[in-house]
Amino acid sequence: MIPLVLSKFTATSCIGRGTAQTLAALLAERSGLAPCRFETVRLDTHVGEVPDVDAQRLPPEFLRYECRNNRLAEIGLEQDGFAEAVEEAARRVGRARLGVFLGTSTAGILQTELAYRARDPVTGALPEAFDYAATHNTFSVTDYVRRRLRLDGPAVVVSCACASSAKVFAAARRMIDAGLIDAALVGGVDSLCLTTLYGFHSLQLCAIGPCRPFDVARDGISIGEAAAFALLERPSNRTASDDVLLLGVGESNDAYHMSAPHPEGRGARLAMEAALLDAGLEPDAIDYINLHGTGTPSNDRSESQAVTSVFGPSTPCSSTKGATGHALGAAGGLEAVISALALQHSLMPGGVNTEHVDETLTAHYIRHNRSAALARVLTNSFGFGGTNCSVILGRAG
Amino acid sequence: MKIEAYVTGIAVLGPGLDGWPQSRAMLAAERPYAPLPTVLPPPALLSATERRRTGRVVRLALAIAAEAVAHAGAEAAALRSVFTSSTGDGQNCHELCEQLAEPAPEISPTRFANSVHNAAAGYWSIATGSMLPSTVLCAFDGSFCAGLLEALVQVAVDQEPILLVSYDADYPPPMSAKRPVPDAFGAAFVLAPRRAPGSLARLEVTLCNEPPERLGEPLETLRRSNPAARALPLLKHLAVGRRARTVLEYLEGSSLAVDIEPCA
Repeated sequence: MIPLVLSKFTATSCIGRGTAQTLAALLAERSGLAPCRFETVRLDTHVGEVPDVDAQRLPPEFLRYECRNNRLAEIGLEQDGFAEAVEEAARRVGRARLGVFLGTSTAGILQTELAYRARDPVTGALPEAFDYAATHNTFSVTDYVRRRLRLDGPAVVVSCACASSAKVFAAARRMIDAGLIDAALVGGVDSLCLTTLYGFHSLQLCAIGPCRPFDVARDGISIGEAAAFALLERPSNRTASDDVLLLGVGESNDAYHMSAPHPEGRGARLAMEAALLDAGLEPDAIDYINLHGTGTPSNDRSESQAVTSVFGPSTPCSSTKGATGHALGAAGGLEAVISALALQHSLMPGGVNTEHVDETLTAHYIRHNRSAALARVLTNSFGFGGTNCSVILGRAG
Repeated sequence: MKIEAYVTGIAVLGPGLDGWPQSRAMLAAERPYAPLPTVLPPPALLSATERRRTGRVVRLALAIAAEAVAHAGAEAAALRSVFTSSTGDGQNCHELCEQLAEPAPEISPTRFANSVHNAAAGYWSIATGSMLPSTVLCAFDGSFCAGLLEALVQVAVDQEPILLVSYDADYPPPMSAKRPVPDAFGAAFVLAPRRAPGSLARLEVTLCNEPPERLGEPLETLRRSNPAARALPLLKHLAVGRRARTVLEYLEGSSLAVDIEPCA
């Protein structure tokens, strides 16, 4: 593929608002996970909750879009001068030539969950104020961001469970390649809700304490939430040597099971191989791998096998979900931003919380930060339905 | 770059529309269209266990996907795919929300796994063994257009055939009052970079800001009643089989113009 530049990027998760706080937390090997106190949920698990999301207000003309997911999106847009960078790009390329491609799994479904508690006792009707299109519908987050930034280009939500906001990089890049747009706002927004907390609990996939990816005693995921955005464009004379490029994307399906990964990581391997092929790179060109690394026994085992089968046992890798939790549909975007920070700051982030690496997992898992010049990083995102996506980012110079 | 592809396979399922061969003459207004409740066939592709686990929306998506692939004479495992839906599984979502409104919520693991927007694509991949890239989109009432655009862009950029599956079904009460979709509707296409012996037409799309084409009644009511039925103007022109241009509903301030050139 022809590389694109991430001319601006930002992330908000439980470890911080914006890239400066996110980087500081990574450098300090700090986890943002805490016992679950979300809403009325009293499950024995940890979550990565972004503080004070519901204190955020949307601009007054967006009253009907008020919900936790759009508030988190708004917080994200306000960090790192991201909204201003999009405005600058929109003026430069034209508002109809800037597309919006966001990933989410549950959008604003929390709003519906709350509405179902407030049904009319006689008729069963949902409250008058409940707005389906602006909060519940999967598209609502892209609809909000597109209107908020007054963009007129193509726009869509990619909703492939936990691979959603990795796959947006592929969708946006194809549309730039096709010449339909000149720039793309990509990323993901997913927020805490009852469906995912009780859902993963029902599958017995939630860790009790903070998640410990690749630990011998790992016992599941910690659900998080995030808003992560990047502005993708063709490189120009404004592109600097420490800018980050999108070098390749690979997508695949397991064709195996709805909620369990293929035991040998068959689909994961195909996605990583496809990303390398797309980027025109050999496996040894990758300096660090940001794993999907959810912390479930099955994911980490299958991903480790897939990584080793492609890269051998020596490429350093880690999961940053011990720090951020699993941001589900926003995980791919969040971890792309973390990978971009890793490239710019010569940082391989260690996998926090993990104490004793499972020695039966053959991938080279690093528990503590390493400082090393990185040229290229691969990040993995896999989801329910057996959907997989690997993204390769690299330094411009 | 021209954003174009050949339609090598097609399928439709909706109120009174039971597959492309039965529907073509009605869509072309050669025979009167009578709206009857949508009949969904049992999901022949799935194992007995999976069949018990899946609802109407997955059955709808799998039925039209299989019909389009068969019409194209293609091998399902050799096709990439784009699935697009505004709603996903509304019945499953309603039942989850009811359970989550209980004082001590308990939900079924299967119901949760089925709640993902990509459930139908997952079942399709498992049923057909296709490991090729698949994506799942939503753009509210513009979901069909978003899917058509994504599929055609993939054909244009990567020069590989692709399966497009667009589907939406009804929510039960009380959600139906907030999002009224009276019945299930789906359309599927196999799109290819090169003309094949049975190809129906060549499509070329461009973004524009013209208003979408409206149909005569009763098809116009159907078009407006279900997000996936926003495909009807395209289906009508393919059924008529003459060179035509249509504009499909996408987003506020953005529509998709489709030039249709029959292969016959």
